[in-house]
Order: sequence, then structure tokens, then C-alpha cells
Amino acid sequence: METTYLEAIRQALFEEMERDPTVLLMGEDVGVYGGAFKVSAGLLERFGWERVIDTPISETGIVGAAVGMGYAGLRPVVEMQFIDFIACCFNQLTNIAAKSHYLWGAPVPIVVRGPCGGGVHGGPFHSANPEMYFVHTPGLKVVCPATAYDAKGMLKSAIRDNNPVLFFEHKFLYRRIKEDLPQGDFTVPLGKALVRRQGRDLTIVSYAAMLHTSLEAAAQLEKEGIETEVIDLRTLLPLDRETILASIARTNKLLVVHEDTRTGGIAGEIAAMVTESAFEDLDGPIRRVTSLDTPVPYAESLEQYFRPDVAKVVAAARELAHY
Amino acid sequence: MPATLTREQHLELYYFLRLNRELEEQMVRLFRQNKILGGLYSSHGQEAISVGCAYALGPGDWIAPMIRNIGALLVRGFKPREVLTQHMARFDSPTRGKDGTSHFGDLKVRHVVAPTSVLGDLIPVMTGVAMAGRYLGQNIVTMTWIGDGGTSTGAFHEGLNLAASQKAPLVLIVENNQWAYSTPVERQVPLRNLVDRAKAYGMESAIVDGNDVVAVVRAAKDAVARARAGKGPVLIEAKTMRMEGHAQHDSADYVPKKMRDLWKQRDPLDRYEKYLTQNKLWDAKTKKEIDARIAAELRADVEFAENSPAPPAELAALGVYCEGCHTVDAVWNRPEEDLQPPKSSVQAEWRMASTDAPAPALRNAKPAPSVHSGNTGVKSKSRGKSKSAGKSSQRRPGVKAGC
Repeated sequence: METTYLEAIRQALFEEMERDPTVLLMGEDVGVYGGAFKVSAGLLERFGWERVIDTPISETGIVGAAVGMGYAGLRPVVEMQFIDFIACCFNQLTNIAAKSHYLWGAPVPIVVRGPCGGGVHGGPFHSANPEMYFVHTPGLKVVCPATAYDAKGMLKSAIRDNNPVLFFEHKFLYRRIKEDLPQGDFTVPLGKALVRRQGRDLTIVSYAAMLHTSLEAAAQLEKEGIETEVIDLRTLLPLDRETILASIARTNKLLVVHEDTRTGGIAGEIAAMVTESAFEDLDGPIRRVTSLDTPVPYAESLEQYFRPDVAKVVAAARELAHY
Repeated sequence: MPATLTREQHLELYYFLRLNRELEEQMVRLFRQNKILGGLYSSHGQEAISVGCAYALGPGDWIAPMIRNIGALLVRGFKPREVLTQHMARFDSPTRGKDGTSHFGDLKVRHVVAPTSVLGDLIPVMTGVAMAGRYLGQNIVTMTWIGDGGTSTGAFHEGLNLAASQKAPLVLIVENNQWAYSTPVERQVPLRNLVDRAKAYGMESAIVDGNDVVAVVRAAKDAVARARAGKGPVLIEAKTMRMEGHAQHDSADYVPKKMRDLWKQRDPLDRYEKYLTQNKLWDAKTKKEIDARIAAELRADVEFAENSPAPPAELAALGVYCEGCHTVDAVWNRPEEDLQPPKSSVQAEWRMASTDAPAPALRNAKPAPSVHSGNTGVKSKSRGKSKSAGKSSQRRPGVKAGC
């Protein structure tokens, strides 16, 4: 049976809570209501009030409490109703969760997960891609799955990890993509990128919803005779440099595509890393297709102009292939 | 009056108070010799709050001190050498030189969560520890401190509201030392008593003379007992006075001389010594013995700290992530099966008993749905296409008027 991205996340939560009684879920409206997107529907009925905790609207309070639970040996999962609200608990994540193992050897085995990304007319406070604030924070792990398989397998890995993991679920993908998942327990390791499509003319590095945009673009480019390799980063922190560099060694050209805004996006870091480590492998400038350096606008025409799409990726890739 | 404390306990309290004071005086000397890096924050005059509150806890309970609560660290079993090496950034310090001041902790044995410099944030953290302790059946209480200044943070509000709504066994000590750096309390908070803030959260609360260690122990024990009995969090406002500047660099000229003189009369150590004498709990010989013990201990620990090497530079790059070097262990004091399905399954519905009953009641347990998450009621949609922009609008407005 085909499983959606959203359903895969719920399966991961169900199965991890079944497997390990130290796993708890906390957040706003995650219990009775089952979460704003219904990711946690059915969990309260299954696991009860002690393990599925409806909280006040207090992101700092919730994440702080999760850190404390982690200190005491639990593995809480916190839902941000929309990932935009993670800004409210920035201090708990960057000053306490991220630093505590480095400073005094206290692991913080928590997961903070929630819906990110645009394309659903959420407007400037319900569409953000705030991953890079946290990629700049040593001590955190930042995960951005693009498929149902990865969403399930990586959420399980995140829950079992001893470090604070931020798990960005792209809400455009929640019910739009699905696939057959294997029966039984499986995990996907954090920190490993994957070549989703092989090609020899250029490499597109992307993640989350933009992976699908990039794959669509690659299919179009194939008709023009351009063979595009597409890498799904899957984890932004720690970044899998080896997979990127190995691909550049084959294709010699790099285009990075992300829905996050341009300045300070992961493309800049990848470009710096590639020029430092593989300058001799490059046969063209590193290009990027990203969102504009603006808040996410609301109107359909504005948001479409703001975000990358297949046409923008195809145009940039074509130009780079012919460079 | 001393009914709840034995003579030995009274003497132990004196030992910790005196050790706290002497240790800090020793650190001032080391600071002046440039052997302590960064800042040095004094708890002079506030020792009774650190020592007295921590003294009210049991060994399984947890604390998260603030930077000035060195006395609480001592009560929890940290040794002066750990405080000294930490301030001096030596390799033998609890953080191996990665952090300074009293920013260190110990999860598994002494149950101390390390302070951070961001005020208020440990209130939610200790709420979480309290919730976890209850979940695991440990019957523990957690305690943390906040200054008068820290009561104005958002984390203070979020933490207390969460603790109160969860009835978490948390005791919060508001250590009102009259000054947030240079700002007096009346310019921070429009309340005569900070304890009034507890009312807003529906919490129990008390005010205590923070310079009277016996009163502090009594109030803290009472609060801890209430929290442990499941009556929810308790806030104690301990009134005191910061007798030094914010840190060593600050001469605190903004403090009126009269105010300082008044509080000098209330020195917690002087008062406690008088109390011990008046209640015939000790004599000059006992005092001399304890003081000599402290002096010897400090001498040895200062020597240890001075001989401890600086951390090797490469250590800076290590330990950002836990890669199996530490374990995450939950100490269960209730059967794990208690928490696994289907025993805990309930119907997901609020039931309001009456309009004035604030706590939700649960309906009786109903059979749980199938484990298999394929059956959770959310149907997947086929892959949709987003509508392309502009199709619906007939007119394309100019883009010049962007601002």
C-alpha cells in the first residue's frame, strides 16, 4: 500500500513510541486534535495523556521542558505547529540544547519537528524555511527529508539519536507524495546524502520539496540531451561533503537549488566547500537557484515569483551545461 | 525552633555557609592575581539561600543553580577544587575548560543541571525534569533559582505557566537581591513583592527572609514537601541583598550607602553564628574545629587547582556531538508496562465536569484502535498540481509600486 509523506512520519512516531516508552510527544494541539496537520492523529488514543502532551502556546516552555526530559533520560519529540514558530525557542535550541554536550557532557536526545516550506499559500508566517539559522549552530542536527521513505527512516534515526535533531517536514509534500514502504522496522542514517538520479553533464544539489522540482527539471533536460545528476542532501547538518565532491568529480559542474532564501542559504556553504576542496574539478561557475531575499509573500503570483520552480531550474541548468 | 534540624545538621549548615564564603574570598584573591579568567560573580550576603534551599532536598532531587548559587553546588557534593578549576579554566575542571564560572553540572550522580548565562530558561528545563521524574515514577522534586531581574523574562512566564498547568513538582526560588546589575527592583517590576507573580499562575508561594538560613531551610522544606505531594509547583521569594557589584569589575556605586549598611547588619553568617550560640548548639571550640577543617580543605584544593594544567588546545574541536560517548538512561521506578498500550489508552476527548472545574477529566478507557498506522483516518491525496499564478487575474498590475 502506498504511504504518504505525512503518514510515514506518523508511522515513525507510532512505531518508536511502541518500541520505547521513553519516547513522548509534546506540542500544541498534538493530542485531542491530532496536530494541525493531523500528523499525530491517533497517538493519544494509543499512548495516553502521559505520553502525548497537549501544551500551552509556549515554544520556549515546551522546548525547554523537552531539554529537561532529555536530561532525565527521556526522548521527547516536540511538534512546532508551524516551523516558523521555532523562532520563539531559538534560545533554548541554540544556547541550551546545542551547547550542553560540548560544555558539560550532557546529551540532549530531543527531536523538534514541524511543517516548513511554501507553495501552499501559507503566507509569511506559515511558510518559512528557517533551517539555516540552525545549520549555523554546532551541536544541532538538521534534517530535511524529501521522500516518505526518508521521512520515516530519518525520523526514527532522529529519535534514537543522542543529539538535538531539528526535523523539517515540508508541508507541500505531506499529502502530495507517496510510495510503497517496506514492512517492519527500518532507519535511514542522518548525515548521508543520496544520488537520486545519475548524469554526467552537471550536478544539481537540492533537498526537501525542491528535490522534486529538480528531478522534474532533470527529466525535461534529458529531452534536450542534458544528463543531470541530482543529489538529495537529506541532512543539512552534518553535511555530507563526500557525496557532493564525488559527484562534482564526475560532472564538473554544480547547481544548488533550494527554497530557502538566497543570502546565507546552504548553497553558499556548498559553493565555498567545493571551491576549497575541488576547484580543479570545476568546469564552470557554481550556480544557484533559490528563493528571493524577501519574506515569503502570500499572493499566488508573488509566491510563485519568489520560489524556484521547474522552469527556473531548467533555465539555470541549461545555461550551466552549455557553459 | 530547631525542632526539625538536629545539632549535626545545624553544624553542617554552618560548614556549608562558611565554606561558601571562604571559597569565594579565596577566589577574589585568585582573581586579583589574574588566575581566574573572565568575570567573578559574588554571592556574598546571599549564601543562606543557596545553602538553605539545596539543603532541603533529597539525594534523588535535581537542581539547576544560577551563577551565584555556589553554596548549592557544595551542598550537592561538588568540591571546592571543582569550583576553583572551573573558574581558572584548568584541564581538571568539570568542563575541561570549555566554560567558566559555575557553569557545570552532573546529570547522573548529583543531579545538577548546569547554569547558563541566559536568565529564566532553566525554569522550563527544570519543569521538564520534574515532568520526566513523575513519568518515570521517581517521586522527585526539581529546584531552580531566579533573580529579581530574571522574573521579567518570557521564559520565566512560559516555564511557570507550563509547570503550573502540568502540576509539575518544581520549586522556584526567586532570589530577590534588590538589583539586576545596576537596576533596582522597583524599576523592573511594579510589585512590592515578587511573590505576587505566583498568584497569576495559580501557584502556592511564600516569602522568606533570605538572610536567615534556618527560615530558608524551613520554607524550602515545606515547598519541597508540597511539590512532592503532587500539589504542583511552589514559588518562594527569598529577600536578600547583593553585597558586591554585579561582578568583580563593578564597584556598585549606584547602591546607596545606607542600604548597604543596613544589610551589613543582616549578614547571614553573623546571624547564624549568633543563633547557634544562643541556642547552645556549639561552642568556640567547635567553631574553631570547623573553620580549621575548611581552611585545610581550601588550602589543598587551591593547590590542586593551581597545579592543574591548561586544557590541550585541540580539545576545542571535540565533543560537539554525542557519538556514543554518553548514554541516555531513564531510571524507571514504575513498571514500564504501565505506560505501554493498551493500558494507558484513553478516549481523546475533553470532558468538562462543570464550568468551574478547571482540570479536564478523562473518559473511561476505550479499546484502542489498531496499532497499524495505515488505519489512522487521514487519507492521502494524489499528487496535486499547484495552480499557476496570474491565470485568475485578468489585469497585470505594474511592479514599480513595490514599496
